[in-house]
Amino acid sequence: MPQGDYIELHRKRHGYRHDHFERKRKKEAREVHKRSQIAQKALGIKGKMFAKKRYAEKALMKKTLAMHEESSTRRKVDDDVHDGAIPAYLLDRDETTRAKVLSNTIKQKRKEKAGKWEVPLPKVRPVAEDEMFRVIRSGKRKTKQWKRMITKATFVGPSFTRKPPKYERFIRPSGLRFTKAHVTHPELKCTFNLEIIGVKKNPNGPMYTSLGVMTKGTIIEVNVSELGLVTPAGKVVWGKYAQVTNNPENDGCINAVLLV
Amino acid sequence: MEVEAAAAGVAMEEERELSNRVMCQLKDSEGTPLGAPIFLPESAGPKELQQLVNKLLNNEEKMPYAFYVSDHELVVQLGSYLQKNKVSVEKVITIVYQPQAVFRIRPVTRCSSTIAGHMEAVLSVAFSPDGRQLASGSGDTTVRLWDLSTQTPLFTCKGHKNWVLSIAWSPDGKHLVSGSKAGELICWDPQTGKPSGNPLVGHKKWITGISWEPVHLSAPCRRFVSASKDGDARIWDVTLRKCVICLTGHTLAITCVKWGGDGIIYTGSQDCTIKMWETSQGKLIRELKGHGHWVNSLALSTEYVLRTGAFDHTGKQYSSPEEMKKVALERYNKMKGSAPERLVSGSDDFTMFLWEPAVSKHPKTRMTGHQQLVNHVYFSPDGLWIASASFDKSVKLWNGTTGNFVAAFRGHVGPVYQISWSADSRLLLSGSKDSTLKVWDIRTQKLKQDLPGHADEVFAVDWSPDGEKVASGGKDKVLKLWMG
Repeated sequence: MPQGDYIELHRKRHGYRHDHFERKRKKEAREVHKRSQIAQKALGIKGKMFAKKRYAEKALMKKTLAMHEESSTRRKVDDDVHDGAIPAYLLDRDETTRAKVLSNTIKQKRKEKAGKWEVPLPKVRPVAEDEMFRVIRSGKRKTKQWKRMITKATFVGPSFTRKPPKYERFIRPSGLRFTKAHVTHPELKCTFNLEIIGVKKNPNGPMYTSLGVMTKGTIIEVNVSELGLVTPAGKVVWGKYAQVTNNPENDGCINAVLLV
Repeated sequence: MEVEAAAAGVAMEEERELSNRVMCQLKDSEGTPLGAPIFLPESAGPKELQQLVNKLLNNEEKMPYAFYVSDHELVVQLGSYLQKNKVSVEKVITIVYQPQAVFRIRPVTRCSSTIAGHMEAVLSVAFSPDGRQLASGSGDTTVRLWDLSTQTPLFTCKGHKNWVLSIAWSPDGKHLVSGSKAGELICWDPQTGKPSGNPLVGHKKWITGISWEPVHLSAPCRRFVSASKDGDARIWDVTLRKCVICLTGHTLAITCVKWGGDGIIYTGSQDCTIKMWETSQGKLIRELKGHGHWVNSLALSTEYVLRTGAFDHTGKQYSSPEEMKKVALERYNKMKGSAPERLVSGSDDFTMFLWEPAVSKHPKTRMTGHQQLVNHVYFSPDGLWIASASFDKSVKLWNGTTGNFVAAFRGHVGPVYQISWSADSRLLLSGSKDSTLKVWDIRTQKLKQDLPGHADEVFAVDWSPDGEKVASGGKDKVLKLWMG
């Protein structure tokens, strides 16, 4: 690969060789034969790699040819006669069939019963226990190791009172306690700073849910009264679920997306 | 004078009862007064008023009339009506009289037969103008002709490539045209069930509506107009077997087309406008704007007369086209009267507009009240009422001249798809998604008869012009015939 423009400079100053274009043309014409020779002669891993590349090229070439031919050939347009004939006044309207509506309601009821919800982050990396808890040594000789400190962000609630420190097994440091979350509305694409009402479910386990630990993928309930949402019945919605989308212990804030 | 004598005659009978008398002025539907204001006793009811009108008009046969005092029908005696509505007796009361049809149609009550035959849903049903033949188009690409006397299938007309979306009889009953989802039209001979020629091709998308040229403009019937989703309407000639004029102009699909009695074609489209075309050269005359969403359906005040042509309830057959033309012209002029033709359009924006297209391009009235889109509008055969079927499960009745709301018929539990009037304008039939048909009485404004029986949605209904039978077809693939 020529680096630098000395070739162009030479060409500008002295022009091309007298047989340059002829030679170029002929070399390019020989290229095809050369390629096929290599394809037949190459052995071992080199041959296999070359064959694979060549096959991919062949498939692509066939596709483009077929595409070009499609526009030039004239085929008789044969529309199949579909089932479910509807009169002209219903043709442009897409009405969901009764069967579909019924099956949808049944599916929704089943999901609600099973407790499965559609969330933006369905799978999250599981957090190991030793990552979540840090062992706190206590006692006169610091030999007792039954206390644990939570190293992730938590939510405790406004009426939280610590258990007597002597009997407290899980320590939630106040530095890692959060009351507000930055919640994004997925359709409006704007973010609000909303108060957290509670932790609904932590995917790592029910113990973490009861402790109020918020890791990535946790479903939390936020106070949306400032958004001004109203139910079809006319009642004001003040609590909605949101899913945490970042790692709060790394960022220092909780980012969540609202589940609409 | 005769007027005084008649009134005095009626009055003298009641003198003994010392009843109060009211000053009344009889007027016809257009507002011209009939005679001078007369004193009528309070016990005068519709029957006595009828006698009076017949006498004043010098009718040879006694015609039935309906009487309206300020848009409410007068069914009881004048006195009780006045008391109930607290109308002052000091002022002159205007009583409007409307001639009613001489014949009376019996309401259909039972399903006389269920005829299977179609392989797919029945999409459209139409009686011939003389009421002797019945045709139906279906999703299995065939048009079937049915024998009404034996209530069995007569012919199966195959030839279409896709669903048959609309069918239309020519007003002289000699041709049947059907349009399909593939955009082709085939003209059939109803006597043999064979196509009259090759399919008429020209439209690029499916056919949404077909309308024939009225027989009083040209007999024998030659031309018809077809509307398609591709946005243009084409005028075809069946004798030349080709498209003579193509009416382009709409930007979106045309949903309905009607050939008016004065030779103007009205097309309503999804681009929210209605265009009026003249038929000799295919030029656009006027554009009626006003709707906010798709125009779903159009209806003309003279539509029933145009559809039935020269045939009426007497069932007379005509031999020559000239005779047919003359009789049709007479019927048309009688129906139209001196007022211009009226057009009503129903739209997806839940409202309807009443237009007088010959007079102005602005609507005469806006008819609001429906809570869902209006799917089908239909003028009554005598032009006095407008009925509208909507997806909000109700059928509404409106005044045919002013567009004022009269009554709402509730009873269906699913969207109402199509409506049809009986030939005497006293009964209205509606077919709905909830698989029932309902017959409504106009005079009492209540449900007259409920006709269940279909297994699935009812897509098309039609009442025969002689009033004897009703045909309905729908998603359950059978055709049902109902009789009184």
